[in-house]
Amino acid sequence: MASSLTVEVRGLTKEFGDRAVLRELDLDIAPGEFVALLGRSGSGKSTLLKVLAGLDTAVTGEFTVDGQVSVAFQQPRLLPWRRVWRNVVLGLHPVVGRDVALKALDEVRLADHADAWPRTLSGGEAQRVSLARALVREPELLLLDEPFGALDALTRMAMHRLVETLWQQHKPAVLLVTHDVDEALLLADRVLVLDEGRIASEYILGHPRPRELSDHIDVRAQVLRDLGVNERATA
Amino acid sequence: MSISTLGAPARAESAPESLSVKKSRRRLPDLRRWISPLAIVALWQIACETGVLPPDKLSSPWTVLQAGIELAGTGELGDAFVVSTTRVGIGFGIGALIGIVLGIVAGLSRWGNYLVDPPVQMLRTLPFLGLIPLFILWFGIGEEPKIALVALGVAFPLYLNVHSGIRNVDDHLVEATTALGFTRTERLVHVVLPAALPNTLVGLRQSLGVAWLSLIVGEQVNASSGLGYLINNAREFLRTDVIVVGLVVYAALGLVTDAIVRLVERRALRWRAA
Repeated sequence: MASSLTVEVRGLTKEFGDRAVLRELDLDIAPGEFVALLGRSGSGKSTLLKVLAGLDTAVTGEFTVDGQVSVAFQQPRLLPWRRVWRNVVLGLHPVVGRDVALKALDEVRLADHADAWPRTLSGGEAQRVSLARALVREPELLLLDEPFGALDALTRMAMHRLVETLWQQHKPAVLLVTHDVDEALLLADRVLVLDEGRIASEYILGHPRPRELSDHIDVRAQVLRDLGVNERATA
Repeated sequence: MSISTLGAPARAESAPESLSVKKSRRRLPDLRRWISPLAIVALWQIACETGVLPPDKLSSPWTVLQAGIELAGTGELGDAFVVSTTRVGIGFGIGALIGIVLGIVAGLSRWGNYLVDPPVQMLRTLPFLGLIPLFILWFGIGEEPKIALVALGVAFPLYLNVHSGIRNVDDHLVEATTALGFTRTERLVHVVLPAALPNTLVGLRQSLGVAWLSLIVGEQVNASSGLGYLINNAREFLRTDVIVVGLVVYAALGLVTDAIVRLVERRALRWRAA
């Protein structure tokens, strides 16, 4: 049973000095499942993502990730001295050809920018290249670290639709780290709230896609309470 | 520099636009900028013709031109040119190798930084042209002290720029390529060194300027060949025209090497904003 999971985390603890950012955390993600991870700043959500990406190995506890992992960060992190299509195939070993890159760029509707330098792209375009670079590796697990956080509202809405479509086509398991509750409710099968280094609450979202913002209005209120936001007071 | 144009999308149209502006400016050089330099040369010529500037202080532009043609004709200028360029070439090669290797070592490894950086930073504060007396004692008065002086002058700017270029690599890019499965060597080749290239080229331009300066100083002190010898020899015979020819050749060499580096920069750094 356990072997069929894409991500299996048991008792994961991460300490910075004497401060525990993650404590005894357990997490399962099934193949093809879209999980959103919410939490206040400093709740450890980005740390968890880094551990799963293999970027932070100084942890205790156990975790297994079954298959290829890709990450898209908040900043696109393209190599400015590589043309767009070469950035897309950066993670492929051995280095593959341009046609693979063009196919991936076509999926994010940027095939005509294949030969552009990254600096000529807008923020949203660069982030789409970053997505293409993550997906071209055909990952079993796609880690998204607030990938829409730095985009303007209109671009962000378009990106939500794009990510949903790409996920439905490729069906990787997704862990989306975000502080945007609406984003999590639009996209995820399951929403987790991280607090004090553990999963504090979990919500299964059953509404068919594509969703509207109002589809999980009841869950929204609860999640906001979990995050310590009193909606009436802040509205 | 980073490419975080997030939030406020920088549109692609701006790039070709600025390119075409640059091109049209190059096609039509502004001739008004030539008025005052030409006037100064004309005034210089008049001052010499009327005797305000005696030839033992400064020869006229016309005499300088004739002296240049004459020196080129006898082969004297060509020989001096080859000797001086060779000195700079060898000295630059040695100095660049030392500067770049030390810069990479100190930039990449923590212990390299601890061990290499302090002595280099201390030596850097020495006025290196003041080392000529020591160099003469160490290397004699042949080619070696001149080459050593050039090498020393070249090594520091390259070291400093390579070092800081590597140190200032964007950690985010290193992390992103680590997540993509890059090994340490692959990160060095595909991320760290390309990221350090702009700084390295700045260092290259600075060090070439220093190289010519070191050569000129080195050749003034003692030389039996080369452009410095040509100039010093001319001083003995009050040949101010030959002195000016030597100076013009120095200046031209400096300009040409600078132009070459600019060309390399334009090709190697095409990915950056123009």
